[in-house]
Amino acid sequence: MLNFFQLILIYAGIYAIMAIGQNCITGYTGMLSLCHAGFFCIGSYATAIMCKTFGFSFWLSLPVAAVATGLVGLLIGIPTLRLKGDYLCIATLGLGEIIRNVATNLNPVGYSQIPRASLFGYEFASRYKVPFILLIWAFVVIFYILFQQLAHSRLGRAMVAVREDEVAAQSNGINVTKYKISSFVLGAAVGGIAGCLQTAYTLTVQPGSYTFMVSVMVLCTVVLGGMGNAKAVILGAFIIQFISYLPQLTGLTNVIPAQAKQIIYGLLLVVMMLCRPQGILGRDKYRYGDPRTRMEKLNDFFHKGRKAKGGKA
Amino acid sequence: MGEILKIDNISVSYGNIRALSNVSMAVNEGAIVSLIGANGAGKSTLLKAIVGLEPLKEGHIEFAGETICQSKHHGSLTTDLIAKRGIALVPEGRHVFADMTVEENLDMGAFMVRDAEVIAKRKADMYELFPILGARKKQKTRSLSGGEQQMMAIARALMSSPRLLLLDEPGLGLAPLIVQDIFNTIKLINQENKVTVFLVEQNARLALRSSSYGYVLENGKIVLEDSGEALLVNEKVQKAYLGA
Repeated sequence: MLNFFQLILIYAGIYAIMAIGQNCITGYTGMLSLCHAGFFCIGSYATAIMCKTFGFSFWLSLPVAAVATGLVGLLIGIPTLRLKGDYLCIATLGLGEIIRNVATNLNPVGYSQIPRASLFGYEFASRYKVPFILLIWAFVVIFYILFQQLAHSRLGRAMVAVREDEVAAQSNGINVTKYKISSFVLGAAVGGIAGCLQTAYTLTVQPGSYTFMVSVMVLCTVVLGGMGNAKAVILGAFIIQFISYLPQLTGLTNVIPAQAKQIIYGLLLVVMMLCRPQGILGRDKYRYGDPRTRMEKLNDFFHKGRKAKGGKA
Repeated sequence: MGEILKIDNISVSYGNIRALSNVSMAVNEGAIVSLIGANGAGKSTLLKAIVGLEPLKEGHIEFAGETICQSKHHGSLTTDLIAKRGIALVPEGRHVFADMTVEENLDMGAFMVRDAEVIAKRKADMYELFPILGARKKQKTRSLSGGEQQMMAIARALMSSPRLLLLDEPGLGLAPLIVQDIFNTIKLINQENKVTVFLVEQNARLALRSSSYGYVLENGKIVLEDSGEALLVNEKVQKAYLGA
C-alpha cells in the first residue's frame, strides 16, 4: 500500500513536469498540441543512449536531453505552428507517433540496464523510492518557480496575448511566430527532462511506453487542473496518477480492468467540460503578467501571512 | 506637410478573386483621411495590406519615406515590425483581449514600450481622454459595452504612441450618438496628439465631415478622391453613399 503511494508520488512528479511543459504550450500560448509523449520519448532515449552507449553521467545527460528535445520541438514547430486549432492538433498527433515509430525501429526492445544516477556519492536505486521522490519533486519545484516567473514576464504576457487574439497581438507589435515557437520549444524541453527523470527511475526504456495515451494523459492533466495555472496542473497530475493506480490501491486488480482508467479519464473530462471548463483551480490570478515590481512581490509574500491573520481590515 | 503614407499601385488577391486592383493613394502627415465604400469594396483589405496582414500581388507601400510592404515577400516587413515603425491598427470588430481587464489591455498596447513610467503616464492620458475607461479599468473587457470596447481598442492602439492610426469601421454596430462621440474623440486625438488618422467607414457622411481628404473605393478600385467637403456635395457620392 505504502509502496503504491510512493509510486503515485513519483509518477505524479514526472507527469507534473510534463504537464508544466504542456501548460506552457496549451495553457499560455493556446496551441493544442498532442505530442508530449514524443518529447517524453526523446528525453528518455537521449538519456538512455548517452548513459549506456557513451557512458555519460545522468547529470550530464540531463541538459543534453533537454537540448535535444528542444531542438526537435524547434524543427517540428517551424512548419506546424502555422496551423491552427484542430489542424495543429492532428499534425502534432502524427508527429508524436512518428517519434515513437522511429524509436521502435531504432531498437525494438529498447534499452535496459542503464547505469544508475548518483548524487554526491549516493546511488539512486529503483528499490528505494524516497530518494527518487525527493529528486523528482525538487525538479517539480524548480520548474514551478521558473514557469511562474515566465508567466509574469514579458515573454509570458506576449504568449497570453497570442492565445487571446493573434490579430490584436500582431498589431500591438508582438511577433506571433517567435513567441509561438519559443513556447513550443520550452514546453518540449521540459517534456524531455521529464523523460530523462523517468529513465533514471526505471533504468529501462521501451518504445511501447510512449504511446498516444501518454499525450492524452498529459493534456488531461492540464485541462483537469486548470489551463494556464502551474499550481493547478501539479494538482491535476496527482489526480490523474491516483486514478491510474486506483485498482492497485483498492486491491481490486482482479475486479477492475486496467482499461477502466481510460473510461474514468473520459468521463472526468466530459464532466469537467460541463461543470467547470476552466479546470479545478481555474486560471492564475495574475495571469496576464504581474503588475507588481519584484520588491512589492517580496513584500507581499512576507506580509501575506500577517494580513490573513489580521482578517479583512 | 509631407506624405506619411504612400500607397503605390497595389493589388491584392484572395485566390482568383481580386480584392484590390492598382490602388494608389496618399495620406498627408497630420491629416484625417477617410476611405468610404460599400460592403466588399476592399476597404478592410486595404488596411490589412498596409500593416502587412495581406500580401501584395503588385505595387508597394511606403511609410515615412521607407518601403514597408512590396510584392516581393523578402522586401516586406512583418506586422509586428510595421507596428514598431509607428503604425497602429484598430482592427474591424475591435479584437480586444476580452478576458483581460481594461488596464491589462492597455498594458498590452504598450508592449513595445519598456519604460514603466512612460506606460503609467500614457495610461493616465488615456483615462483622461476616455474617462469611462478609467472608471472601468479593473473590469474585464468582455463586460464592456460595444462603444466602450471601441474606445478601449482605440486607447490600446494609442498606447504605442503611433504616428499613424488606422481605424477599421470605428462606428460598426454602435448607436449614432456613440459613433458621434467616437468621431469627436478621433478629431481630438488628431489635433492634440498630432496623430495622423486614416479611417475606413461605411457611415460616409460622418467620416467625410471629420476628414480633410477622402477616397471612394468601389470593387477594389479608387473611383473618386477629393477633399472631405467636396466629396460631401459630390453628386455621385450623395447618390451612392449619402442617400440623397
